[in-house]
Amino acid sequence: MRIFLAEWRKLRRPTFFLGTLGSVIFVTGLVTSLLFLLIDAKTGNADRGNRITREMLQLSDGFTIGFNSSGSLLGLVALSVFAAQTAQEYTYGTLRNLLVRQPRRIRLLIGKYISMAAFALITVIVSAATSIGLAVGLSGRARVSTENWFTNDGYSAFAHSFVNVLICTIGYGTIGMLLGLIFRSPISSISIGTAYLLVVESIISVAWKPASNWMPGNLLSVIAAGGSPIGVENAPNYSQALLRVGAYLIAASLITATLFKRRDVAN
Amino acid sequence: MNMPAISVSNLSKRYGDVLAVDDATFEVPMGTICGFVGPNGSGKTTTIRMLLGLIKASAGTGSIIGNSISHPEKYLKEVGAMIEGPAFYPALSGIENLKVLAKIGGIPFSRCQELLDLVGLGDRGKDKYKTYSLGMKQRLGIAAALLPDPKLLILDEPTNGLDPAGIQEVRDLLEKLADGGVTVFVSSHLLSELEMFAKYLVVLRKGKVLFAGEMQDLLHRNKPTIIAKPSSINSLNYLAELINKTGHTAVIEKDHIRVTADESFAIQLNKIAFEGGVVLAQLTPERASLEETFMEMTEDEK
Repeated sequence: MRIFLAEWRKLRRPTFFLGTLGSVIFVTGLVTSLLFLLIDAKTGNADRGNRITREMLQLSDGFTIGFNSSGSLLGLVALSVFAAQTAQEYTYGTLRNLLVRQPRRIRLLIGKYISMAAFALITVIVSAATSIGLAVGLSGRARVSTENWFTNDGYSAFAHSFVNVLICTIGYGTIGMLLGLIFRSPISSISIGTAYLLVVESIISVAWKPASNWMPGNLLSVIAAGGSPIGVENAPNYSQALLRVGAYLIAASLITATLFKRRDVAN
Repeated sequence: MNMPAISVSNLSKRYGDVLAVDDATFEVPMGTICGFVGPNGSGKTTTIRMLLGLIKASAGTGSIIGNSISHPEKYLKEVGAMIEGPAFYPALSGIENLKVLAKIGGIPFSRCQELLDLVGLGDRGKDKYKTYSLGMKQRLGIAAALLPDPKLLILDEPTNGLDPAGIQEVRDLLEKLADGGVTVFVSSHLLSELEMFAKYLVVLRKGKVLFAGEMQDLLHRNKPTIIAKPSSINSLNYLAELINKTGHTAVIEKDHIRVTADESFAIQLNKIAFEGGVVLAQLTPERASLEETFMEMTEDEK
């Protein structure tokens, strides 16, 4: 708990806290707004030029589509936050201070992780509020009926979406933490992480389609969408994705813990 | 016998082919100020890191306040440290930085302001760390090291970047802490400073311990010299002859003579000069300073 609160003290600093939430609001707002404002556009209103029709948006889970679609982008924000918060302890040299006050390294790592996961939870809450607020606000202009949204089915769909986006966000964050620990530099870990997830995975998936079923970024997108994302064919189903992501996260956590526990702190 | 604050035995640390610390063995008694000196790259910081559990020793053993260095969680609550200069989060204020460490260590926040006042940062605690001068950063580092009210304080170059007044304040503070029973293990390049307040000394070179013991024992290793300056420069050669007749060797240096001899020889020298009709303008016994002794020791090893 003490480590959680100490880490939180760093995360809550206004520039960082408000800046990150601002980017979350911007990203979610953009995705959700385009969904409603471009509803009749022939070029599509969703990711990769796909179309989310008025009928789809009017379903009980229609108001969560924008929120779900923001999942991967929220994940990238989390990856950056987790990577930066981990790697900066090496670049600032502050890790040695922390370890002198808390030499139980795994305890320190878990405290930091839980604190960053709590921060990720806040970003998901803010994203959900932004997306749903905009969905309701723009529904009239887009002539989308909200009749089915605020029903038990709608609430249930929202709960599922929330959990899925949270898993996706924390999944990306865990990858970020591992990269931060490996590269010990915020810039390197964030740039390598985003380049891999946005570019390398896409290239590999195009070159060899079956590989996309095993790529962590793709799998996390499947989880965020609650199944195959719209317009993506032959993606693994939700359970498969969850299982594979679970295995990756366990492996990432074990590598992170081993590196953190065993490696000399020489800077 | 009292338990030593620090005890290391045959401690080594190897990085590939480089032996950063080579079979180091020394003890630091409780309640003393111990200087830890050595040229750059001699293994001081590596040794300190091993003592704090930041890196693992390749061989050998060590203990801090009776606990093995392989279990730092058993003793670090009683240890304060500043390693390789101050390191804090630039975007947080001085007091916020201390609170991060206080929270992790379970130390009450009230101690943070107390310590800021103690190191002279009381009115700058709310300013961001990145706006601090080097001296202020150093003071904050010392405050952070003092957070747990330590029994053992390990400081790596604590006076770096401080002005002469700041250096004196740190010296006074360390002396005050030692008077209160705190063991201070301090590495520094300012040997003249260390000589003024350290009672104990560990000298390292190329990872090896060259000396570990009382500062006075080290300084007394070299025979003292006596400086004799006649009132007239014309008497220099004659005085040198008189001294040489006693079996000592007089070395003429500019306007004075240097004789390597015990301090007691000064009385005899004064007598033979008087009897020989030479008036002395100066007669001073001198001991080599820590800096001179250190240079001599480390030269020998080259």
